[in-house]
Amino acid sequence: MKDAGYRIGIDVGGTNTDGVILDPLQRFVRKAKSPTTPDVATGIRVTLERLLDGWSGDRRAVRYCMLGTTHCINAILERRGLDRVAVLRLGTPSTDAVPPFSDWPASLRDVVKFRSFSVAGGHEFHGRVIRPLDVGRLHRIAASLAGRVRAIAVTSVFSPVNSEHERAAARVLRHDLGAGVSVSLSHEIATIGLLERENATILNAALRSVSERAILGFRRAARALGLRARLLLGQNDGTLMDAAAALRYPILTVSSGPTNSIRGASFLGGVADSIVVDVGGTSTDIGLLKGGFPLQSARPSLIGGVRTNFRIPDVLSLALGGGSRVRTDGGLTVGPDSVGYRLPQEARAAGGPTLTTTDVAVALGRCDFGDRRRLRDLPRPLARAVDRRVREMLEEGIETVRISSQELPVVLVGGGSVLVGAGRLASLPVVRPEHFDVANAIGVAIAEVGAEVDTIVSYEGAGRAATLDRLRAAAIARAVAAGARRAGTRVAQLEEIPLSYLPGNSVRVRVKACGALAA
Amino acid sequence: MGLRLGVDDLELIALGAPVLGTGGGGDPYLGKLVARAALERHGPVPLVPLASLPDRALVIASAMMGAPTVFVEKIPNGSEAVRAFRALEEFLGRKAYATFSIEAGGLNSTIPIGTAAALGIPLVDADGMGRAFPEVQMVSPSLYDIPATPMTLADEKGNVALLPRAVDNLWVERFARTLTVDMGGSAMIALYPMSGRSARRALIPGSIGFARRIGQRLRSAWAAKSDPLEAIRRATRGSLAFRGRVTDLNRRTEGGFARGSVRLAGTGADHGRELLVDFQNENLIARIGRRVLASVPDLISMLDAETGTPITTEGLRFGQRVAVLVVACDPKWRTEKGLSLVGPRYFGYPVRYRPFARGRR
Repeated sequence: MKDAGYRIGIDVGGTNTDGVILDPLQRFVRKAKSPTTPDVATGIRVTLERLLDGWSGDRRAVRYCMLGTTHCINAILERRGLDRVAVLRLGTPSTDAVPPFSDWPASLRDVVKFRSFSVAGGHEFHGRVIRPLDVGRLHRIAASLAGRVRAIAVTSVFSPVNSEHERAAARVLRHDLGAGVSVSLSHEIATIGLLERENATILNAALRSVSERAILGFRRAARALGLRARLLLGQNDGTLMDAAAALRYPILTVSSGPTNSIRGASFLGGVADSIVVDVGGTSTDIGLLKGGFPLQSARPSLIGGVRTNFRIPDVLSLALGGGSRVRTDGGLTVGPDSVGYRLPQEARAAGGPTLTTTDVAVALGRCDFGDRRRLRDLPRPLARAVDRRVREMLEEGIETVRISSQELPVVLVGGGSVLVGAGRLASLPVVRPEHFDVANAIGVAIAEVGAEVDTIVSYEGAGRAATLDRLRAAAIARAVAAGARRAGTRVAQLEEIPLSYLPGNSVRVRVKACGALAA
Repeated sequence: MGLRLGVDDLELIALGAPVLGTGGGGDPYLGKLVARAALERHGPVPLVPLASLPDRALVIASAMMGAPTVFVEKIPNGSEAVRAFRALEEFLGRKAYATFSIEAGGLNSTIPIGTAAALGIPLVDADGMGRAFPEVQMVSPSLYDIPATPMTLADEKGNVALLPRAVDNLWVERFARTLTVDMGGSAMIALYPMSGRSARRALIPGSIGFARRIGQRLRSAWAAKSDPLEAIRRATRGSLAFRGRVTDLNRRTEGGFARGSVRLAGTGADHGRELLVDFQNENLIARIGRRVLASVPDLISMLDAETGTPITTEGLRFGQRVAVLVVACDPKWRTEKGLSLVGPRYFGYPVRYRPFARGRR
């Protein structure tokens, strides 16, 4: 089902801020680009102006603006503009052996840590209370924080199984400190694994001002240009949340870039189940899509040197791109180093000293770049050998992300995709869609609203089928609560992981539901 | 004399131990943080060779029992292992000379380091498995009829349970498992109290130093950008028996254990062949067709084909490229008694154990 109205997708990347307009049938209308600016908002404004300038359509018919942005991850990496966070851990008498901020890089801890507190509370894996929540202590902590901190992170033991104590603590803190203080709750952000979940929650809290600035900047720019669209942000998992939710959960946007890129590519290629190969200048990202969503990794990942466990797209990165150096001394090698953005000066075809993969593509007549005559002395057999090597590397990557022998199409995109000659890859058919230079912006523009349930259950008692039905219904209810239209909202992914050493066939179940935006 | 284990040694042990964990044993990351806090507070821990234990010295194992998933969520408060240990000393009416690891593969390689630091006693360079196994009785002291009892269990709430006696170590496993679940799914335990004389006979020597050496070689290989797989192979004197890609993965929970199997399609020299590995927390049997390539109690470890990082059975996923490392187990396990305790038949496979010899494929 499609939504009435036009939509605008904006992707703030490291280099460019891209934008697209899609019509009510999600067909491509226009695209624009401008350089990303340090304040984010200016780049967004310029791209929006370029998109709308000279567009004959009705600006008031733009119903939604979708924003995908990497500025939150940059703020963490550069330790810039982060808020200080008070950290509450509800779990005493457990967990004190490893206090909050353990194993953080000192440079990040020093700018984020305000104080941490352990408070009696938390639950066991089966949901029983470890200790009743110490509400009196929460009031005293709130009094000590009043006027001194704007962001608080709350993590309770086994909150993904029972979130009661985190929610109760939030009520106390919001009551005592007022709406000016934001409270991040761990069960809304990440999953089992206390330290990693707490880390993600602290980072989320620290991003409060950073996300406010970007979202308010976007809003202001949109209004100034006469847009009345609803603002939505792309999440790591490829679904959307509204601006109000994005202000509360900025950490859930940090790796939306690769997700939007591969989702956009699969959409452009017209295939929901596919393998997307995005060949850039220095690297190639390869991801698998099922039902239009990338497979996700729940393995601990480092964000700015901090171990976290919220789910991020499982994308394989190869050191291969249009700027990869080709060496022939001591056997033929391609990469891993690349001339990157210096391709126009460094490459042989452009009169530079370095043989790159792009030069080989030029010599083989696959693309126009520089002057082909400069490559006359490049032996044909060598060019063919490089071509074979590039193909082997890509096929090896495709085989790695492929999970079955099923014949999936390969969607080949990115500025470096000209390197790859015609024909199948890893015996799979290849699709090369148009407009791939704005795949990210398209990826966020076509996104739906989604929500997840991730918990530990026992199949004893109600049984597997009934338990899974209950969780499916819960995930759909969450998606609807997050803004999805009830009709057509469906379960997109379901994953069961049996757990060892727990009684009663304990299983960790993750269900993801998504649906079109409600009107 | 041996080494004094500091924070860096702990890092190396935590890096090498999962290779001996053969897919199970739990991720030592959090155990490492718990032990590191104790080392930072109390200073380094002497690592004493097994052979140096005096005859009449009392040694007691310190370990975590229960679900790794619970351990990473309900992190200990740091006093549980010490309380379990003290309660057992109190019951025995004697102070321990040293503590030891029951299981050098995985999480329980690091736990006793923290306990030793907090108690101010040495750690014995030995363990009860030389690898990881799923059950309490699957330790080399069982081969010498050394009971796990008396044993104690402690939780974070302050509860301590004492199990003075059980008719055999299988009963200990049953009782302790039930208590652990009541305590919230994980508990700290003190068990296998024994004399230095018994320990020298019954424990597997050098396991902690072995884990540390694997970690050291792996880290050096990363630093030197040399082949990490080859570094691990040499450190373990093992064999890289197969390289392939995960093409099928099957997991289920049975009797509290994650059972399943993984299928690998061969790559490189193994192209065209298929390896099937059955696991029950740990990897148990590796087969090509009907031919058994290796089986428990020999060590079967899956390593990430690029980084050499060991992969747990819970961490396996489709498409992963892995190398299968096989390492000969301690000779104690290759005896009739050893095989009846931890051989393929105990785990329900009608397979005759054939010792894995280096170079055999």
